[in-house]
Amino acid sequence: MVENTYDAIVIGSGISGGWAAKELTGKGLKTLMLERGRNYEHIKDYKYGTKQPWEAEHRGSTTKEQQVKYPVIHRGWAANEAVMECWVNEQDSPYTEIKPFTWWRSYQLGGRSTLWGRQSYRWSDFDFEANAKEGWAIDWPIRYKDISPWYDYVEKFAGISGAMDDLAHLPDGHFLPPVSMNIVEKDVASRLKKYYKDQRHLINGRVANLTAAIPGRTRCQFRDRCWEGCPFGGYFSTQSSTLPAAMDTGNLTVRPWSIVTRIIYDKDKKKATGVEILDAQTNQTYRYHAKIIFLNASSLNSAWVLMNSATDVWEGGLGSSSGELGHNIMDHHYNLGASGTIEGFEDHYIYGRRPTGFYIPRFTNLYGDKRDFSRGFGYQGSASRDSWSREIAELNIGGEFKDTLSKPGNWNIGMTGFGEILPYHENKITLDANRKDKWGLPVLSMDAELKDNEKKMRSAITMEAANMLDVAGVKNIRTWDSGHAMGHGIHEMGSARMGLDPKTSVLNKHNQVWDALTFL
Amino acid sequence: MDRRTAISRVAMILGSTIIGADLFISGCTNEHPAQVQALLTDAQVSYLNEVGETILPKTAASDGAKAANVGAFMKIMVRDCYSPEDRQIFFDGLDALEQRCKKTLGKGFLSSSLEERQKLLITLDAEVKDGKKRNDLLQQKEAERQKSSQAGGKPNYLKKTPPTPYFAMIKQLTLLGYFTSEIGYKSIGYVSVPGRYDGNVTKS
Repeated sequence: MVENTYDAIVIGSGISGGWAAKELTGKGLKTLMLERGRNYEHIKDYKYGTKQPWEAEHRGSTTKEQQVKYPVIHRGWAANEAVMECWVNEQDSPYTEIKPFTWWRSYQLGGRSTLWGRQSYRWSDFDFEANAKEGWAIDWPIRYKDISPWYDYVEKFAGISGAMDDLAHLPDGHFLPPVSMNIVEKDVASRLKKYYKDQRHLINGRVANLTAAIPGRTRCQFRDRCWEGCPFGGYFSTQSSTLPAAMDTGNLTVRPWSIVTRIIYDKDKKKATGVEILDAQTNQTYRYHAKIIFLNASSLNSAWVLMNSATDVWEGGLGSSSGELGHNIMDHHYNLGASGTIEGFEDHYIYGRRPTGFYIPRFTNLYGDKRDFSRGFGYQGSASRDSWSREIAELNIGGEFKDTLSKPGNWNIGMTGFGEILPYHENKITLDANRKDKWGLPVLSMDAELKDNEKKMRSAITMEAANMLDVAGVKNIRTWDSGHAMGHGIHEMGSARMGLDPKTSVLNKHNQVWDALTFL
Repeated sequence: MDRRTAISRVAMILGSTIIGADLFISGCTNEHPAQVQALLTDAQVSYLNEVGETILPKTAASDGAKAANVGAFMKIMVRDCYSPEDRQIFFDGLDALEQRCKKTLGKGFLSSSLEERQKLLITLDAEVKDGKKRNDLLQQKEAERQKSSQAGGKPNYLKKTPPTPYFAMIKQLTLLGYFTSEIGYKSIGYVSVPGRYDGNVTKS
């Protein structure tokens, strides 16, 4: 079985799996990367990203057939002709919703790293210390000083653009030049700065798009078509960044169509010694062994793998001894905000299409601000001119109608809130013993919801957004809140928390499973 | 604004849903006639190009809907993205438009002059806008219903929408088909690979 042994195994090929593969192969370890879905090759497989937008048959719309096949994806904005093949086949891979849970999955090489929003922010000790200070859940086993050099390391390689804003609660990093704001956003930013006396800040979005070339990658071309796949490698993804680096070492083997069904655990040595996989195309079972194993299958599917492993030792699976595996599910809650119209600036236009807008970092429960909820929220937003899809009151049809629509309309501005969700033990995922996927494997069952703290925060998110637009002189302000099912933020977290004590956490401060230290 | 937002906004303005978002209402009932015409004929495509050209005609600044072949785009969208019910409304609408034309002008659309075509479509557009006010209210109620259904554990609930008038469909598809065509993209000054971003351009 020599051919089935590697120095290291990485399960998953998304952002963290790509990084793990790059680091392990860079250290000289022969590494096997397992991906449960199809291969998705940089540039070659970007079917739409290399075409003109008018070449898409339905110009972005999805078909009736796709709506039936992808009901979860059609709950939000992610249903678009250009990326439908990137989303998981929902018929083959169902899941159970005890409470509404919107799970956006991409089972293909690179995972969601080609589809992500690319916003990249550092945490600060306000975040790392929050649980300890509030006596909530358990303390983080790390602090900003521990992680800061790693932020540097990652930012330098990935290429994050942003401005140095000198905010203690949103630390600066190793940034490429920022993607600039437009004239209206700059105006709103200066009005907010003045009104809130430097307590609130509208800053450049910090985004993993290259504003300057770095070795092997071209800078962003401002097409704003990132998720269709960027033939320039203008943003960070497994495909554009970590995978080529790992491949260059000659130490990486990638195996697509490999569903990891369990971790092989040696209970005498108390070590994970390998993985068992099901080939998604042939249904054949294979075993691979390695000295060190990284599980990077996203927060929820990583928990699924653990729950299915070493069940002869722990009924709840590997890592379940603390009783926390699958618990403390979090996300960022959004789908709410405010927008309005801007008067003036009619003679000002923009050139190019940005891959980001502005960001307003958290300001609640900081520096003397006190609310009826804990923690806080940030906003992402932008100002832009109305497009051809606007209504023109006095024109219905005809040449003037068309020529007017061809020119930009009035300026408007909008922002969407992203709120923190507290870790609750009862927000959990479990295996659904009664339901199987296409391969006969048990599916996940989601039982998580927003609670009182998040609901109170949501009222503040829309109210404060409207307030800020108001003081900035924005007219016709309207707020919206279309509700938030867990998972919809695509920031699902929790399920295997880190901690200082194996009795209350799944992982130690190095992300090693307490019960199997060569397993991360 | 991205393309998806643009599409949704066209739908909002024209008082209809984004066509094709209503599948759980229409897609689950099997009570519609077994034989719904699925494909626009070549003659219908040409006809719709003429209707489209009246809505978005060639001007000094740019080519019109006919050059962008919005009729062919409609053929694809009606085939793939419309429910059988919407498709029925669309095909019945083609007949209704022609009948209306004959009734008011005494001749068919293709035999009418540009001025006559314009006058007819302006009337139809005004009728759609009148109906929109009623529909807005219905849709608002339905949005609330969707929200409470989702909160009550039915996350896949999709809004029911009042039937879209055929002329709203034609105008929506004309706007979408035109402005997302190569001609349309060029008419708005689209640059495929801008290479940079400037947030403050002042033209003379």
